[in-house]
Amino acid sequence: MNSDCIVIMGSNMAENHPVGFQWVMEARERGAEVIHVDPRFTRTSAMATKFAGIRAGTDIAFLGGIVNYILEHGRWFDEYVKSYTNAPVIIDDKYVDAEDADGLFSGWDPEKKKYSNETWQYMGMEAKASAGQPPKGEQSGHGGHGGGLSHGEPPEEDETLQHPNCVFQILKRHYKRYTPEFVSETCGCSVEDFLYVAEKLCENSGRERTSAFAYAVGWTQHTFGVQMIRAACVIQLLLGNIGRPGGGIMALRGHASIQGSTDIPTLYNILPGYLQMKHTDDAKNLKEYIEENTAPGGWWAKLDTYIVSLLKAWWGPFATEANDYCFDYLPRIDDDNSNYWTVQQMLQGRVKGYIVAGENPAVGSSNGRVNRLALSKLDWLVVRDLVEIETAAFWYDSPEVETGELSPEQIGTEVFFMPASTHVEKDGSFTNTQRLLQWHFKAVEPKEDCRSELWFYYHLGKKIREKLKESQEDRDKPILELQWHYPTSGQIEEPSAEAVIAEISGRDATGQALAAYKLLRADGTTSCGCWIYCGVYAEDENKAARKKPHWEQNYTALEWAWAWPANRRLLYNRASADPDGKPWSERKKLVWWDDEQKKWTGTDTPDFEEEKPPDYVPDDDAEGPDAIRGDHPFIMQADGRGWLFVPQGLQDGPMPTYYEPHESPFDNPLYAQRANPARQVSTVDEDPYNPVANEPGADEYPFVMTTYRLTEHHTAGGMTRFTPYLSELQPAMFVEVHPELARERGLTHGEWATIVTARSAIEARVLVTDRMRPVKVDGRVTHQVGLPYHWGSRGLTTGGSANDLLHLALDPNVHIMETKGLTCDIQPGRRPKGAALAEFVTSKRDRALRARETAPRVEPGSERST
Amino acid sequence: MSHHHDGSITAVGTQMDSYYGRPIVKEPVWQPEIPFYFFFGGLAGASGVLHAFAGLVGNKTLARRTLLIGAAADIVGPILLVSDLGRPERALNMFRVFKVTSPMSVGSWVLLVSGSASNTAAALELMGKLKPVKVAAEFVSALAGPPLATYTGTLIADTSIPVWHEARHELPWLFGASAASSAGAAAAIAVPVDEAGPARRLAIGASVVTLGLKEVMQRRLGFVGEVYEKEEAGSYGRISKLCTGAGAALLALAGKRSRAAAVAGGSLVLAGEVALRWSVFRAGFQSARDPRYVVVPQRERKAARG
Amino acid sequence: MSALAQPTGSPAAWPDTYGDEAKPRMGFFTDTSVCIGCKACEVACKEWNLIPEDGRLWTGESYDNTSELGANTWRHVAFVEQRKPLKLDGGGETAELDAEPLRWLMESDVCKHCTHAGCLDVCPTGSLFRTEYGTVVVQEDICNGCGYCVPACPFGVLDKRHLPRKADDAPLSLPLLGKKEDGRVWKCTLCYDRLKGGHEPACAKACPTDSIQFGPLDELRERADQRLEKLRAERWNGAQLYGRDPDDGVGGFGAFFLLLDEPEVYGLPPDPVVPTAHVAEMWRNTAIAAAAMLVGVAAAFVGGRS
Ligand SMILES: Nc1nc2c(c(=O)[nH]1)N[C@H]1C(S)=C(S)[C@@H](COP(=O)(O)OP(=O)(O)OC[C@H]3O[C@@H](n4cnc5c(=O)[nH]c(N)nc54)[C@H](O)[C@@H]3O)O[C@H]1N2
Ligand SMILES: Nc1nc2c(c(=O)[nH]1)N[C@H]1C(S)=C(S)[C@@H](COP(=O)(O)OP(=O)(O)OC[C@H]3O[C@@H](n4cnc5c(=O)[nH]c(N)nc54)[C@H](O)[C@@H]3O)O[C@H]1N2
Ligand code: SF4
Ligand code: SF4
Ligand code: SF4
Ligand code: SF4
Ligand code: SF4
Ligand SMILES: [Mo]
Repeated sequence: MNSDCIVIMGSNMAENHPVGFQWVMEARERGAEVIHVDPRFTRTSAMATKFAGIRAGTDIAFLGGIVNYILEHGRWFDEYVKSYTNAPVIIDDKYVDAEDADGLFSGWDPEKKKYSNETWQYMGMEAKASAGQPPKGEQSGHGGHGGGLSHGEPPEEDETLQHPNCVFQILKRHYKRYTPEFVSETCGCSVEDFLYVAEKLCENSGRERTSAFAYAVGWTQHTFGVQMIRAACVIQLLLGNIGRPGGGIMALRGHASIQGSTDIPTLYNILPGYLQMKHTDDAKNLKEYIEENTAPGGWWAKLDTYIVSLLKAWWGPFATEANDYCFDYLPRIDDDNSNYWTVQQMLQGRVKGYIVAGENPAVGSSNGRVNRLALSKLDWLVVRDLVEIETAAFWYDSPEVETGELSPEQIGTEVFFMPASTHVEKDGSFTNTQRLLQWHFKAVEPKEDCRSELWFYYHLGKKIREKLKESQEDRDKPILELQWHYPTSGQIEEPSAEAVIAEISGRDATGQALAAYKLLRADGTTSCGCWIYCGVYAEDENKAARKKPHWEQNYTALEWAWAWPANRRLLYNRASADPDGKPWSERKKLVWWDDEQKKWTGTDTPDFEEEKPPDYVPDDDAEGPDAIRGDHPFIMQADGRGWLFVPQGLQDGPMPTYYEPHESPFDNPLYAQRANPARQVSTVDEDPYNPVANEPGADEYPFVMTTYRLTEHHTAGGMTRFTPYLSELQPAMFVEVHPELARERGLTHGEWATIVTARSAIEARVLVTDRMRPVKVDGRVTHQVGLPYHWGSRGLTTGGSANDLLHLALDPNVHIMETKGLTCDIQPGRRPKGAALAEFVTSKRDRALRARETAPRVEPGSERST
Repeated sequence: MSHHHDGSITAVGTQMDSYYGRPIVKEPVWQPEIPFYFFFGGLAGASGVLHAFAGLVGNKTLARRTLLIGAAADIVGPILLVSDLGRPERALNMFRVFKVTSPMSVGSWVLLVSGSASNTAAALELMGKLKPVKVAAEFVSALAGPPLATYTGTLIADTSIPVWHEARHELPWLFGASAASSAGAAAAIAVPVDEAGPARRLAIGASVVTLGLKEVMQRRLGFVGEVYEKEEAGSYGRISKLCTGAGAALLALAGKRSRAAAVAGGSLVLAGEVALRWSVFRAGFQSARDPRYVVVPQRERKAARG
Repeated sequence: MSALAQPTGSPAAWPDTYGDEAKPRMGFFTDTSVCIGCKACEVACKEWNLIPEDGRLWTGESYDNTSELGANTWRHVAFVEQRKPLKLDGGGETAELDAEPLRWLMESDVCKHCTHAGCLDVCPTGSLFRTEYGTVVVQEDICNGCGYCVPACPFGVLDKRHLPRKADDAPLSLPLLGKKEDGRVWKCTLCYDRLKGGHEPACAKACPTDSIQFGPLDELRERADQRLEKLRAERWNGAQLYGRDPDDGVGGFGAFFLLLDEPEVYGLPPDPVVPTAHVAEMWRNTAIAAAAMLVGVAAAFVGGRS
């Protein structure tokens, strides 16, 4: 809303975040530039002041082009870059850039197909054994642990940015080849469109102006998704757009509380508040755990207080100093337990039982067939959902039952369907994209057997404890000693959600609600269920439930709900002032140093130690927050700086570099290394891949395909395809194609088409539209096929699931699937039915693979595993 | 121009854009009862008048039979109307208000008056009682007859259906003439030839007027009038022309001599008049369905205004 | 009985008949230049007013599967894909493959709550009435489903609710006996019930971008004028106000629009006129036709009995 230029890229914000999009509209009305970069012309493009169409999966080329443009034309925000980013830092001279090694950074282990990041470190700083090199189990680091920084400062810097191995110069060399022409030829957009976007961004950055990026899964769901976002970080840091009003990179998150579900995670490898989950191989005891995970500088230096308070919250009086605060009670991981890995294990019969709550993997997860076949190998399956979704009905209603691969008589899985109550039938909080915890109140009682999550897990826990009551086994102690008492109310004994948030927020030894995470102690006198949420229940007030309207307060609306941490609305907002603590400009002031009062002040809660002056320089032995200089705003990083170059925490390189998607019709224009070498590929036969680029057989699947959402439906459809008012708005699965492609393939508007990959084939109605643009890449026109992914076999509107077409190649950092760029073929007419479907898919695939086998083509680092 | 690429769902015509060729005004929701009601209402109204004049000149047979025809038609009419309602049980709500802006409201009252009058008169005639009341009722029926026969033209003209609204000058005349011709034809069938002279002449004359008026209306409608050449409106129009023409000719040539010819000719005219109502009725639907008939004249009007 | 002669159809019903109870005239200004086509308005309207589902027909007409306003759709979002620049000096995309930039227009259509409302004027039961807010509302307990208002509306807003027969409907149910489940007409009430409770209409409330602005009509008109000026200054292609002018054929809309192309592109009539604008002339004409009929019938008696 305060932005002068908003680049929406990798998101269809108007369609998928319509309520948030009102602020973009407001900014546009006030004259801001709104740019949409997307393979398709969408409702967002329609509202933008500029649309630039690109080929799916080529964003890093586009963004790298912008980096190059900034660097070539001297458009970076010099003072910001020098003071607030790691541009001046000198990098280890053993570091070799991908530009000098045909697409591989130094540290690549071709055997393990993994990077070691030793050579990516700051010069003179030794990489910690575990840091950046995650232990088994694919844990991803939470950034900023800052290995061997002694006092938050890197050992060597060049303030003039001239040193050949300083980050700035490395950056310059790395992006040298990302010229406007390169961008145009790779992304298939025009040179003018690219230059327009680059110029608008530069024009609208600096002291007086700020630009923002907004992205969502159009960026994340690639085999290099994390690096796409990193590329935007590089741009925003160079332009000085982080930590300032109207700047930033907005992740538009998905489900109502998907942010909440990473804060208090449903992820297997972290504990609440992004604390590392323990692995069987490391952290023998609490002390070791703390040592391994604590950063020397920044707020991660206080990790001991967070973990001990968490243990106190969980095991209360049982957690004492003597028993390491029950540290041993925490479960440990011994393997990759990520979703797709688990599904592959399941497929191989290694998983016995599965609880699916609020998810519909039979429709929503890549390679639907693999997901459904995997479910058929379970002993038992519990599905908790509002309606009987495809995942619950796979055993009698699925494409595999249709083709005869599965039959209800032969499936051994015992399926339990447990009806869940909806968000209007229960109290609770949603944490949104902006880290805002917003409370919702129960409006109606749940119907019949429908129960809330809280009810289900609380009573399940009680039942388990009841069964274990007599047990003397050590292994049952963590359960029996768990603090599991919440007040309940009503006939169904609904546990109090408010009691839960109070526990999460934390209390001191006297039972007093804690005000802020700064007060947490490592001596067992405080308890807190999630350190970043500490204070949401300060003064025994549920601050998430505050609903003071915006017209009764200023635009930061600090009294509407509550944001973590410490009700800060803009992270790193110290950067909104210059190194001396003065606002960069009157127009863009937010937080500044008040010399009179000797503290930080402004319209937002300062995301900085309130009384640390701008000229503060830490002593050599300073630790934790004290190790961060007064002019270093990025307090979660060990060195307090924004990282243009990432020495640790990433699996696939310290800087974003251009790779083709796992499946695409093109070779990498830059390197022999075509796709991301570190990407994860699947290990099961049921997940074959299309031949790509110039491989023989690739012409069986010649088109770029992408998947996405529609405003009218939600994700895998459980909440919308069963709802009449929404089903009638988008009543059929369709495929969007350009008129040229329709002509080329004989597709008729309104009739049926079959879309096919090596995995499967689905049918959809044909929507011929100019909005689905072809792109000219490498001199040849390539068509893109667009598929919404909401449909499945159940509900009021049914249709083919786009995910049946997708594969299981994943991003190495976060194990997300590549839904946004792959290849396919499209043909007129409905798909074959029954067994003929399998026959159709297989024969086409065999044709393609045979062609490839006769002329194999080796790509460094990423041969297929099957 | 519309953006669809296969040409199937696209703008109609070349001088305008449209929204996927979708109609702008709604097609009427009236069912087959309505054109039949127009016919019976007309028959009732015109029969009432015919009856009154027959009475005046002392043509007893003609008077008596037209009274019965009119009364019968006055019973069929409302039944058809009520049947068409979405909520027949609320038929009496028609008499909650009287609105001059609503020809249906005015017509309902007229129908009430006409129906009560003609049926009272018919009942008294059959019972042979209360002569003065009967005469009064006949008089009322005769006065209500012409409005009853013509208001239906105005009823459909007072809509946004292009082919009806633009024909607001002709429609009451056309429906009046058609009603007269129907009443004449019905009486020519029902009355022996030597007493059916006025009826026959009315049927012939009104038929000619009807055919002429329809021609005039179509011409004056210009672009919009082309719906009368197409689809159902066209077919019914041709049937109407054929039947009415042939019927009138038969009545003229042989109606005076042969009862059989009179019955045949009268029936043809009646069929023709039913078809006429259907032609007009369907034309309304057709002109509503195609947005060009709404847009083109309105654009021209707008352009003319500058 | 006093209701009998009450001219509820006259546009003057508001505010005069309300006296002290009259409220400022409320309405909508729907600014399509900020409509993102999210259809929240459509759904909010259905939810609030408990409108039945309307069938699940995929049209292929861009993202519009609702197609038009009707008994079960009181808000309808239109989608128009065009090869036209959004602004007169460029904007959009300049890829070499595309000759002209794309634009995608979205417009949330609704009942216009006309100053001179055809539907209200012709309603014979007084079911349609003008509220104290100057809006036009159907009273569902009075409407008898005569269907007259349907073709009377120049915008095709109203329709009769035809629901599929229920399974237990008698297979041979006679026309007179409950042949439809509802049979009444329905349209936007401008959330009369919410207005009475001091709330804004559900659709406006749900609209995330304030494309639907609700308020006193005078204020809205002022705001719209400023908006148009701004868009013209920014050289938006085709920006125009539609229905803002109190001198137009329906006396101005209570719910008017800012469009980015000609009305017919969105399926709206370019120059709507309320049909009852010609009602006086039509009655005069009808009276003459009726009189002519009397004369015509009389003339048939010239020439004797046979
Ligand atoms: N109505 C509605 N809203 C939703 C959801 C829903 O299902 N329905 N889902 C919610 C959830 S869970 C999420 S995660 C968010 C997701 O929100 P979005 O990320 O906005 O969702 P998508 O529609 O999947 O993808 C966004 C856009 O990415 C484009 N795209 C595809 N490939 C590429 C690419 O390589 N580069 C670029 N730049 N763009 C690409 C697609 O064309 C699409 O327009 O939405 C949330 N909001
Ligand atoms: N091809 C392709 N695939 C994708 C994506 C893509 O862009 N393209 N996007 C991906 C993304 S970002 C996401 S988030 C996933 C989503 O995929 P899923 O999470 O598998 O799909 P949803 O339909 O959101 O499933 C949520 C279920 O929770 C139920 N539910 C709602 N409220 C409650 C509740 O309170 N309790 C319980 N127990 N259940 C509840 C709903 O009925 C619904 O069935 O899809 C992913 N898959
Ligand atoms: S569905 Fe909910 S979260 Fe999504 S835009 Fe609408 S209000 Fe926001
Ligand atoms: S738009 Fe139609 S339905 Fe609405 S008030 Fe005007 S005439 Fe009546
Ligand atoms: S259908 Fe109902 S609202 Fe419409 S005119 Fe007839 S009575 Fe009035
Ligand atoms: S005002 Fe009320 S009734 Fe009218 S469209 Fe909006 S929500 Fe529906
Ligand atoms: S709610 Fe508003 S923005 Fe969404 S479609 Fe309706 S008018 Fe447009
Ligand atoms: Mo998501």
